[in-house]
Amino acid sequence: MWRSAFTILALAVCIVQAANAQALGDPDKGEKLFAQCKGCHQVGQGAKDRVGPHLNFLFGRRAGAHEGYRYSKDLARAGANGLEWHADTLDIYIENPKNLVSGTRMSFRGMKDPEDRADLLAYLRKFSDNPANIPEADPTATGTDHDVDPEILAIVGDPEYGEYLSSECTTCHQADGGDSGIPSITLWPEEDFVIAMYAYKTKRRNHPVMQMIAGRLSDEEIAALAAYFGALEP
Amino acid sequence: MKLNRRAFLGSATAAAASTAPMVRAAGHGKPRVVVVGGGAGGATAARYIAKDSKGEIDVTLIEPTRHYYTCFFSNLYLGGFRTLESIGHSYGTLAIEYGINVVHDWATGVDRDAKTVALAGGGRVPYDKLILSPGIDFVDGAVPGWDQSKQHIMPHAYKAGSQTELLRAQVMAMPEGGTFVMVAPPNPFRCPPGPYERISMVAHVLKETNPTAKIIVADPKAKFSKQTLFENGWTKYYSGMIERIGPDFGGGNVSVNTDEMTVDIDGEIVKADVCNVIPAQKAGRIAELAGVTDGNWAPINPSDMSSKADPDIYVLGDAALQGDMPKSGFAANSQAKVCANAVRGALTDSRVFPAKFANTCWSLITTNDGIKVGAAYEPTEEKIASVDSFVSQVGEDEATREATYQESLGWYDGITSDMFG
Repeated sequence: MWRSAFTILALAVCIVQAANAQALGDPDKGEKLFAQCKGCHQVGQGAKDRVGPHLNFLFGRRAGAHEGYRYSKDLARAGANGLEWHADTLDIYIENPKNLVSGTRMSFRGMKDPEDRADLLAYLRKFSDNPANIPEADPTATGTDHDVDPEILAIVGDPEYGEYLSSECTTCHQADGGDSGIPSITLWPEEDFVIAMYAYKTKRRNHPVMQMIAGRLSDEEIAALAAYFGALEP
Repeated sequence: MKLNRRAFLGSATAAAASTAPMVRAAGHGKPRVVVVGGGAGGATAARYIAKDSKGEIDVTLIEPTRHYYTCFFSNLYLGGFRTLESIGHSYGTLAIEYGINVVHDWATGVDRDAKTVALAGGGRVPYDKLILSPGIDFVDGAVPGWDQSKQHIMPHAYKAGSQTELLRAQVMAMPEGGTFVMVAPPNPFRCPPGPYERISMVAHVLKETNPTAKIIVADPKAKFSKQTLFENGWTKYYSGMIERIGPDFGGGNVSVNTDEMTVDIDGEIVKADVCNVIPAQKAGRIAELAGVTDGNWAPINPSDMSSKADPDIYVLGDAALQGDMPKSGFAANSQAKVCANAVRGALTDSRVFPAKFANTCWSLITTNDGIKVGAAYEPTEEKIASVDSFVSQVGEDEATREATYQESLGWYDGITSDMFG
């Protein structure tokens, strides 16, 4: 069904690559590779939607259709046009998300090595029905590791102030969630937003522009931005 | 200053009385904001005021060109990394989606007593608050032998569009082993890394098409932005091609002859196949006509970008004398948002928040070798002061440089949607 929505070119690409992807890789290696995804995605018991949707029961899911998560317009449209997540489509998507869904908010430059992708998919496959049910193990993903004071996380941001402050962000980060070289920051859960900004503020995340911008924002200002971007309708 | 203004006001009033009717803002009784200049400062200010006031303020944007080419990234067009179309923008979205009254005309004067802006096409536009974001003009006589009537022979290409197109065409048509000369400007000028990114881009093109060509830069400045980074890149990629003559060797003592296509650098005559003259700069002329300049630039109050000469006029971007911020599109866009918040607060009961400013300038040295410099700023009593800064490091790995370039592409898309919607 979804195949009808693809161009001939995309179809040709996926036939070639399906061979790799369907020989599923090593889930233990895949678990290590999932570290690249953990900043945004959770999977396993208790997994929740964060910056990106949780990835339980991903295989067989229609793209952009997981209830409760607000997708980019492009991803929702791709799902409405019939895109479903299977080993072959996921393989293409993970290789370079924007090649498959140009307007996706998924800020990931892609995983170039086909073996790595097969390993990652083998790991993710464990959290979908058939063959694997959710294992009764500890949660495998815990969001971003952080030590931000809960009192800071509890600050309720002033979205109107956040809107004013956001104008400094939108010089580079597009308000509609578009992403071309600079990641989207639209519709992040507030907590993830605050954690990320503190990581820059305390220089544990490496980016000179972001360290400078975050470095002079107060706790209240970060909370205000989180409140604004978390609710922005793109 | 005062004399100039008086003299101008007299003629403007007389002209307006006898010509076209007033250009009326739609919706009577609403506060009116007029913005002169549709670049990074003006377009952003107009868009934010229109967007955030949700129809409570009438916004008129006066900009002569229908199709605006960004100066930022125009060097990438010279280097063959962008098409000219890809740096062109129209005002359609600002007019249609934001309800901004876009007037394609030249602003020729400001009557500060009547609070109107005169247009070249006749008529006057009334304002409650006026935002001037006119960019730059060139200082008369800055480079002996050159004036704007010679720009078709020796282009400045420091306002993007046909000038940039001409300069690229000239570079592509250079004879084998020919000479490209740049007359670089003295401080302060628009886009501090701009001339040196341009040298990099011209060298990139020549290395591919005309590898024995030479580039000479006559520079009145001892130092320039990101100097070590640029010079390392030139040695690495364009070895032996670029010669920069600084002030120690007479780089500031330059005249040109457009008939002979020669450049006199401290007495030595250089035959040029292409000569890019970037003269000394001053605020766009309307700032001077409005009487808000002091010398070449318009002093502002750092907390809200209002003119020191008139509380109902604001000056943004390159034209403003503000302190530590460079004259860049990023800076103008940053200042515009502070100004928009202040103007909206003054005209409606919206909240006014403290000013914060930032700037980052990305430059490209060659394919996938991007560098950047930036700083954060805060208003003090006397100026906009730098509080924190960063710059790319010498010897960064290729992945970092490529990521910096990719980031600049993202920034271009970000700032242009922030300006034009």
